Amino acid sequence: MLRNLGRLYNRASCGVMQRWPCPYQRGQACLPVAVGNSKAYSNATSERKKFYQDVSISQGEEGLFEINLDRRKLKTPGGKLFTVPNEALAIAVATEWDAQRDTLKFYTMHLTTLCNTALDNPTQRDKDQIITATLKYLETDTVCYRVEEPAGLVELQKNEWDPVLDWVERRYNHLGSYNFWSLTGLEYVITQLKSVVLSFGLVDRHLTVEQAVLLSRLEEEYQIQRWGNVEWAHDYDMYELRARAAAGALFVHLSSESSTVKRKLLQD
Amino acid sequence: MAAFTSPLRVCRGILKEIRSLKGPEYKQTLAYNYVLDQFRKNQVSSERYCRAQEEALHASHTYLCLLTSTRHHLVLHNLYHGKGERGPEEVAGMVGLRLPTQPGGKGWEK
Repeated sequence: MLRNLGRLYNRASCGVMQRWPCPYQRGQACLPVAVGNSKAYSNATSERKKFYQDVSISQGEEGLFEINLDRRKLKTPGGKLFTVPNEALAIAVATEWDAQRDTLKFYTMHLTTLCNTALDNPTQRDKDQIITATLKYLETDTVCYRVEEPAGLVELQKNEWDPVLDWVERRYNHLGSYNFWSLTGLEYVITQLKSVVLSFGLVDRHLTVEQAVLLSRLEEEYQIQRWGNVEWAHDYDMYELRARAAAGALFVHLSSESSTVKRKLLQD
Repeated sequence: MAAFTSPLRVCRGILKEIRSLKGPEYKQTLAYNYVLDQFRKNQVSSERYCRAQEEALHASHTYLCLLTSTRHHLVLHNLYHGKGERGPEEVAGMVGLRLPTQPGGKGWEK
């Protein structure tokens, strides 16, 4: 079925298909402006002076973990108390805040951003709506968009993308088994990689972040091989994409609580 | 398909990243202790290819990628995008060009 889609879009020979516009603008992926609350969501590229020294975590009510900046509790842009379901995620978020030097660079704090999105749910959607939105990406999946020329790129797409497509065709995914937090992360990864197939490959541990990002940027990599690499555009984009995809995948992993609990039970 | 470097290398990689974030006192951070703890815990597992271990390795590899990529991205950001608008000479220089100069300086033709 995926193959057919690929062929269909191939025939349409429409360049726009390849990079389908994502619901969020690049660079602001998870700090969307909620209506009537626009000041709370600062611009993703803006910086703020660091206003704390110590970062710590604590376990609050219902076993949820909170982040403390000096003595103050971290809140979401929407004003909710910032809480995460497990220690690993709390530590990873705390590390992001701890790593900031003189100014807070929000565009480097991907896990914090993802947690904010999951907590505030600024687009006001439920699980089913996210699943529907996610599956819509499949229609315009990066790996389903094939070129007819140049020959080198045609071959590259065939050799690199086909194995992943084969893998995903063999595997049946139950999106319903993901919880709201994991779905938020999954959708984020999909909008970054512009591919449902590659995102599943990543969160199901079939691909590493580096591999998934490479496959997502296959055409760019091909052009780089031909025309040369420009650090301030290509490398910049690649590292940003890697950081975002990694944050998203880790977020999905750490938010799939059931598997974590099972693992702990097995270990003890 | 997903090929990994060894757990030891991933672990050392993450600790190195934490060090570059926090400087010499990195051993006092939450992350340092947590990461070491997790790697030690997973080491004792008897089954070599157990699922949980594979899961943990993929997660740690992903975390390492997050940390290194964020660092590289920030370096490039500060180098190329962090200074605001550039002058025309500088922009031309970035792509290996020079702006044309007029002999005798600007306005000599008057």
